[in-house]
Amino acid sequence: MITFLELLLNGISIGAVYALIALGFVVIFKATEVVNFAHASLLLAGGYLVARLQPVVGFWAALLIGVASAAVVGALIEFLIIRRANVGSQSVLAIVTIGVDIVLTTELTRQIGTEILALGDPWGDSVVHLGQVTIAETRIVALFTAAALISMFLLAFKYTGWGIAMRATAEDAETAALMGIRLGRVSLSAWAVAGALAAVAAVFLCVFPTPGLDRGTSLAAIKAFPAAILGGLDSTTGALAGGLIVGVTEALMTGYQNQLAFLGRGIGDVAPFLVMIVILLLRPAGLFGTRETARV
Amino acid sequence: MSDTPETIATPDSTAPREQAAAGRPALLRLASRRSSLARPLLWAAAAALAVAVPFYLEGFWLQTGLFAMSAAVGAIGIALLTGSTGQLSMGHAFFLAVGAYSYVYFADDPAAGASHALGGLGLPTPIAAVLAVVTAGVAGGLFSPIAGRLKGAYLGIATLALIFLGQHLLFNAEPVTGGYNGRAVPPMELFGLVFADSPSLVVFNVPFGSLERLWFLGLLVVLGAAAFARGVLRGRPGRAMNTIRDHEIAAGVMGVPVARYRAGVFVLSSMYGGLAGVMLALVFQRTVPDYFSVLLSLDYLAMIVIGGLGSIGGAIIGAVFVSVLPQLLTRYSDNLPLIAEPGSGGVSPAEAARILYGAAVVTVVLFLPGGLAGLFGRLRAMAAGRAALFTRAPQARLSPPPASSSPSPSPDTRR
Repeated sequence: MITFLELLLNGISIGAVYALIALGFVVIFKATEVVNFAHASLLLAGGYLVARLQPVVGFWAALLIGVASAAVVGALIEFLIIRRANVGSQSVLAIVTIGVDIVLTTELTRQIGTEILALGDPWGDSVVHLGQVTIAETRIVALFTAAALISMFLLAFKYTGWGIAMRATAEDAETAALMGIRLGRVSLSAWAVAGALAAVAAVFLCVFPTPGLDRGTSLAAIKAFPAAILGGLDSTTGALAGGLIVGVTEALMTGYQNQLAFLGRGIGDVAPFLVMIVILLLRPAGLFGTRETARV
Repeated sequence: MSDTPETIATPDSTAPREQAAAGRPALLRLASRRSSLARPLLWAAAAALAVAVPFYLEGFWLQTGLFAMSAAVGAIGIALLTGSTGQLSMGHAFFLAVGAYSYVYFADDPAAGASHALGGLGLPTPIAAVLAVVTAGVAGGLFSPIAGRLKGAYLGIATLALIFLGQHLLFNAEPVTGGYNGRAVPPMELFGLVFADSPSLVVFNVPFGSLERLWFLGLLVVLGAAAFARGVLRGRPGRAMNTIRDHEIAAGVMGVPVARYRAGVFVLSSMYGGLAGVMLALVFQRTVPDYFSVLLSLDYLAMIVIGGLGSIGGAIIGAVFVSVLPQLLTRYSDNLPLIAEPGSGGVSPAEAARILYGAAVVTVVLFLPGGLAGLFGRLRAMAAGRAALFTRAPQARLSPPPASSSPSPSPDTRR
């Protein structure tokens, strides 16, 4: 029972981090209808900058610079490439982001090489005891940070002018433009927000108990893709639910893998994708996604 | 290949122009515009070149060429799915793995390995190859409840699952896959000819090893795969697929069973992937699980975009580009600036190649709609236009200036 609670807490915490990534992914999709396969490389870029800068300027300043830079990288991708691509279908734009991803990830993994970069976070490897349940401090910080960022984002999405512009664009881009909403700014800001969220997530993906940032970190980020799609690509609620489902499943499957030995070693890494397939079989548009209907 | 492009083009003229352009390789279109003699000559030259290659080039280039052929087959499959039907797949590495490993499993004899026993059925190799392709198709069919219902990039993310599931299986199903170390591939044996280095064979004083022998088999397979895909695209299914890509609802209204077509194309393209996997296994002579990762799938998507979405010729050009580029850089890394030996801290040839073709994907979409295939077409058109100018210009000077009422535009207007 104690193990179960520990695993559950860990799962929720890592799930919240996945939700951060998935949220950025969903925001980009809502604002520009682009499925951003370069999201993993945005995350890697943010994490890499934090890891490289923290010995020089300290963790907090590095975090700030990393988040800002990831936002700028995201905005640059939108401004230089997505906006200028003149293509008929959105799946071609998705392939463009794959091209961007190939370039960024190759260069970053080359820079990282075989090193494992420490992030120098202030929490280190200390643990917290809640009754009999033991959990790493970083996991609790991750949970609270993610929760705070997500609620901030949702509030902004609901009440600020920027959020209204964003929602109007998602609803009907053409009408929104006629109402005086600048579509360019909306999609630029969506990409910037997504980059910033990914950079924060990168930090929490690489702190204790993970050894640090290495070339496999972008693979961890790929687990946020099923989180986004099983919740529904156009739903912010879905991103949260998806993130939590993926995180908890992964933690439980990894924790109980000795009992699940018949499924083979390393089943925890595959679990998010299995869950995604099951949910897509039942609900092709995801849990909270809008089912597309068309009048003919 | 039929020689009457004009009569074939007639039904196309009622279809949207872009479809007609995408459906026919630019090379053929342009060749047909010139004399009818040029095209057979072009084909003969290409065939002669392809047959001559193994007699002159060394093993390294032959192997590169064979990789390109295998990639071409896989890329044709992806072109049918993504380029013509608008469905994205990031899971093609999985189907390559299914093809490669099932060929080994069907063809190999059971063996007691050092750590674990390896299973095998010991079937004749051609039958094993066919069964491997069928198995890949079945794997694609099992995914069809999802492949039929999801569209575009949604399917792309869903198919990521296949990669991770596949890797998991490859590492864990050791009796079939050999686990981490992979398995040796039994050589193909067709009508008594073994596609391996022994028994030795010498043709025109050139020793014919496994690569030389496989070269011809590969050529035939690529030709067959391209011809079949062309047939699919030109016929009724091709029209239906393009309509689904361009307007899903319109396709449904016109009586195209959208979900069934999507699932069907997915199965077909996974069979192409399986065939590519079999070819790859025969060239590599060993299957290792690490190779069939998500990076391989990304390579395939890069190929079809670089070559030109939606055309078979484009898929082949893109496959050659993406598979030859890293080898080219590896071979000439000493003479190229900015490229260093692997492991020395600089940009290794493989990394440089990845960065280059990643950038190529972006560049093509931004500046070259139609990809390399489209570029060749445009260059030819420009060359043809200039040639026409040069041949007509002296005539215009010799003949008296045409009357101003002449409807045909003459070079005189450029004075």
